[in-house]
Amino acid sequence: MTDETNGAGPTAFVDVSGVDKWFGELQVLDSIDLAVNEHHVVCLIGASGSGKSTLLRCINRLEHVDEGEIVVDGQRVTAEKVDVNELRRKIGIVFQAYNLFPHMTVLQNVILAPRKARKLGRDESEARARLLLRRIGLEDKAHEFPDRLSGGQQQRVAIVRALAMEPKLMLLDEITSALDPQLVTDVLALVRELAESGMTMIVATHEMGFAREVSEKVCFLDNGRILEEGPPEQIFTEPREARTREFLARVLERGQSQ
Amino acid sequence: MNALHQVAHAFFNPHSFTLALPDVWAGFQVNLHMMVIAEALVLVLALGLALVRGLPGPGAKPLRALAIAYTDFFRGTPIIIVAFLVGFGIPGLQLGYVSARSITTYGVITLTLVYTAYVTEVYRAGIESIHPSQRAAARSLGLTYFQAMRYVVVPQAVRRVIPPLLNDFVGLQKDTAIVSVIGVTEAASLAQQFSTQNGDFASYVVAAVFFILITIPLARFTDHLVAEREKRERAQAF
Repeated sequence: MTDETNGAGPTAFVDVSGVDKWFGELQVLDSIDLAVNEHHVVCLIGASGSGKSTLLRCINRLEHVDEGEIVVDGQRVTAEKVDVNELRRKIGIVFQAYNLFPHMTVLQNVILAPRKARKLGRDESEARARLLLRRIGLEDKAHEFPDRLSGGQQQRVAIVRALAMEPKLMLLDEITSALDPQLVTDVLALVRELAESGMTMIVATHEMGFAREVSEKVCFLDNGRILEEGPPEQIFTEPREARTREFLARVLERGQSQ
Repeated sequence: MNALHQVAHAFFNPHSFTLALPDVWAGFQVNLHMMVIAEALVLVLALGLALVRGLPGPGAKPLRALAIAYTDFFRGTPIIIVAFLVGFGIPGLQLGYVSARSITTYGVITLTLVYTAYVTEVYRAGIESIHPSQRAAARSLGLTYFQAMRYVVVPQAVRRVIPPLLNDFVGLQKDTAIVSVIGVTEAASLAQQFSTQNGDFASYVVAAVFFILITIPLARFTDHLVAEREKRERAQAF
């Protein structure tokens, strides 16, 4: 796979090169090369099990790679002796299942990491958390527990929880896949706002319209490989690979049947 | 009719009841004393041991092995043998301070050793029942392993294991009577003395009633917690 139109040189903010990853006998990532420039949004599309989530989890080192190298903001993620806690403080990740902490209120969820990992004071972290919650219209839910919120609200809290660490990179792992269609809109609006503010993001998604709208580059993953990458216009209107066409046709069909 | 009368006389003689009550009550206070101290110790030590047992990485392997050996030994050994080992063995070592504690202290040590092994397993089950995604979420926010355990995993795990934990405590409370075998003067042993002197068994019934009286509230409280959780989980399912 080569960079063409959106070629990012050695100065890319995220640089993934030659990454292989195995789960036992199963190869889940196969010679992945991916470059993401600062303030760019890259979308990963592809069927479930194509390796999108695993790739994201390798970038913040929730998973180890078996081969290859990942560099984020000049720091080698794949280095033997990397301070993972330090690294993860600048990489936010949001999961499909929100993964809010159910025994903590919304506010406690948001301030936990700023207080314990960044050692901010209670007042400062609370003030900042409230500001973020106000931005997503959930300040009045600050003292509710997550199970009192809708899925869309929980997911927006999860995004804000990651933002509270002031990350330089956000990884979004199919964050709307578990949501009812009517709840997707608010979550995507928040992500769009983030993209406009210049946040660097790698987004695994099944929302093709969204991918087309916000991203500088779209990568189609198939069986652990980036089979095709390019600007969204090209990928969605004139995909080169037959597998990409098949995948897009299938997704489109499903979208219309809903 | 006659047999019934005999039973009533041997076990439920009101006169013997009244006579036995003060003695057995005095003994039962020793049981209460031992249970409270042992339970407090078990709560803390078992959590520590469960955390050691869950430590990740090859470096922690010897520690994990020690924790496993501990629970294997004290879960597998009858408590009466642990009581003999501690109550007769430790004083026999003549180790100064350690060997010169009161017999009640050895009773507490016995209960703590044995029930720490049980409760460690309870905590461990609780910790393992917390979905890995919770730890992943905590770690990916930049929290260290210990911060993730301290603020995210353990608080949820402890809430979840309170019912089985209280169940083990019911066992511990009853087993305070077993340590009378090393000479602790408590409700059961005093009831036995009284029974020998008085020629009937009313004192045992008195002791039994004391144990039951403190177990029932704990059992109902446990039921209540379980019911509450089921209600909550049903509510979440909808």
